[in-house]
Amino acid sequence: MARREQEDTIIRVRGLRNGFGEQIVHDGLDLDVRRGEILGVVGGSGTGKSVLMRSVVGLQTPMEGTIEVFGENTIGREETDSINIRKRWGVLFQGGALFSTLTVSENVQLPIKEFYPGLDAALLQEIAAYKVVMTGLPANAAPKYPSELSGGMKKRAGLARALALDPELLFLDEPTAGLDPIGAAAFDELTLSLQKTLGLTVFLITHDLDSLYAICDRVAVLADKRVIAVGTIDELLALDHPWIQEYFNGPRGRAAVASAGNKPAPEDKRL
Amino acid sequence: MMRGSADFERIEDGGGTLRFTGNLSLACLRDLPDRLNAIEGPVAMLDLSGVERLDTVGAWLIHRFARDHQSEVRGLEPDEQHLLEQVAAAEQPVELPPRPASPLIRVVGEIGEAVTKSAGTMLGLLGFLGATLIAFWNVFTHPKRFRFNATIQRFEVVGVSALGIIGLMSFLIGIVIAQQGAVQLRQFGAEVYTINLVGRITLRELGVLMTAIMVAGRSGSAFAAQLGTMKLTEEIDAMRTIGVSPMEALVVPRTLAVVLMMPLLGFYASVVAIIGGALLSWATLGIPFVTFIERIREVVPLTDLWVGLVKAPVFGLIIAVSGCFQGMQVEGDAEQVGSRTTTAVVQAIFLVIVVDAFFAVFFSEIGWI
Repeated sequence: MARREQEDTIIRVRGLRNGFGEQIVHDGLDLDVRRGEILGVVGGSGTGKSVLMRSVVGLQTPMEGTIEVFGENTIGREETDSINIRKRWGVLFQGGALFSTLTVSENVQLPIKEFYPGLDAALLQEIAAYKVVMTGLPANAAPKYPSELSGGMKKRAGLARALALDPELLFLDEPTAGLDPIGAAAFDELTLSLQKTLGLTVFLITHDLDSLYAICDRVAVLADKRVIAVGTIDELLALDHPWIQEYFNGPRGRAAVASAGNKPAPEDKRL
Repeated sequence: MMRGSADFERIEDGGGTLRFTGNLSLACLRDLPDRLNAIEGPVAMLDLSGVERLDTVGAWLIHRFARDHQSEVRGLEPDEQHLLEQVAAAEQPVELPPRPASPLIRVVGEIGEAVTKSAGTMLGLLGFLGATLIAFWNVFTHPKRFRFNATIQRFEVVGVSALGIIGLMSFLIGIVIAQQGAVQLRQFGAEVYTINLVGRITLRELGVLMTAIMVAGRSGSAFAAQLGTMKLTEEIDAMRTIGVSPMEALVVPRTLAVVLMMPLLGFYASVVAIIGGALLSWATLGIPFVTFIERIREVVPLTDLWVGLVKAPVFGLIIAVSGCFQGMQVEGDAEQVGSRTTTAVVQAIFLVIVVDAFFAVFFSEIGWI
């Protein structure tokens, strides 16, 4: 919505090294996320997609490397120090991670109350109500507790909470996993529409090839402990990396291309 | 990026115009909502051409104001217009939570709810007891459906594995009773009645009662947690689809095991408690072990043994049924497994003590004193 600023880098990761004990997950990982784009992050199981996200949002302290978000270093900072960054992003965890003792509406209100304690209760209720509906939940879901919701509804409620502060940057960890194809497509459309209306930058971890084709501006591929390639799907297909070829040209990849329709068949682009 | 606070000024030009400036976003609102609320009467136009940034909260405030004052919104860029439409489309009537009632009414209400809930639980428990008896009858009439191996395995878990802890507990209880009895009775020069005290109270009451409490804590809770987890992971539903009745496959072996093991464990507990009492009497009162046992045979009527043995299977039934009942009631999330397990144990011990009181009166009335 923004009177759009020039394209600049919103997340900058350099030389990231992460590991658990002996096992190294990332080694020398570099990644840039540009303002206003939807960046898809793909990679086989265990390549550290979620670990990368946790490092960027500061839940995991890396062994080496620098991470800048909105131009500020996020590693090793005090909680109170990074509040100004924290209120500019929203995170959707895989299972929704809703607070089980609060209703959906209270879950959405919580971050707003935390950062802007002065708002009056009625306005908070109204804000929570329209956020819940904007994420595609029925209005009667707002007073329900998370245990009363289905898996897909929990994800939407989690998204409503992630969007509570109208963030500039949104992290989504496998948002369409476990949703039915219709629900997944609706979630894709919702992400795209929110990105357009709110001018969001989205960091999207996904295994869903349809999502990649449908909404991602660029895709980053994690393999061999680093990001081996970033680019549009067409650019990635032009690369001669076996994992990328298998990922996008496997039976599921072809089906996703067919359903995306307007994109050229991968065969045409191959070198 | 300029981060000016949201602000507006009122321009009087016929219908009235509000001209907004700054960032209409959550971080920059400050007192704007209150000032907007203070404006009364119709305002013809809202001019947003001076707004630098608009987020959904700002859009919501503009939408709400325009709706309440029948204003026209102007000066939006296309994507801002789109945002306003999206927010307007998501508008929902908000139901504010009802004001909390006065403390007195709340307390009375909570008591009422607790009473209805416990009445409902008791009714459910009675129904489950009925279902268990029907399952027993079905197994009895179709002996092939009886799970022999599962039942034997439950015997081991409920009975044999409990021998150690129940033995230790009973031994200590026997010592405590004998010690306390000796101290008190010595005041009347009647230490020798310690034998009567230990023998009669363990066989009639404490042996079986303490065993029941221990079995409720060990096995009743385990039943509730096992069946509850099986309910959550849909194992019980899977059983039903295969045509296996969970009542027959799960509840019958468990109930049978506890009902049969309780008299054995109760008798064992009484014997160990008497041994404990005898050892203490030997050490502090100088009553030889053999004399103690001989005196027990003289002062404890056989009916005392029957009192204990009649009560034990009834207690076992209560423990097994309430454990299985609470387990089968689990629905929804893992938290319920914990709370249902707690309820199963509390309910079982409470009912055991209530029933024990009835038994005490009953046996006195029929002359088994």
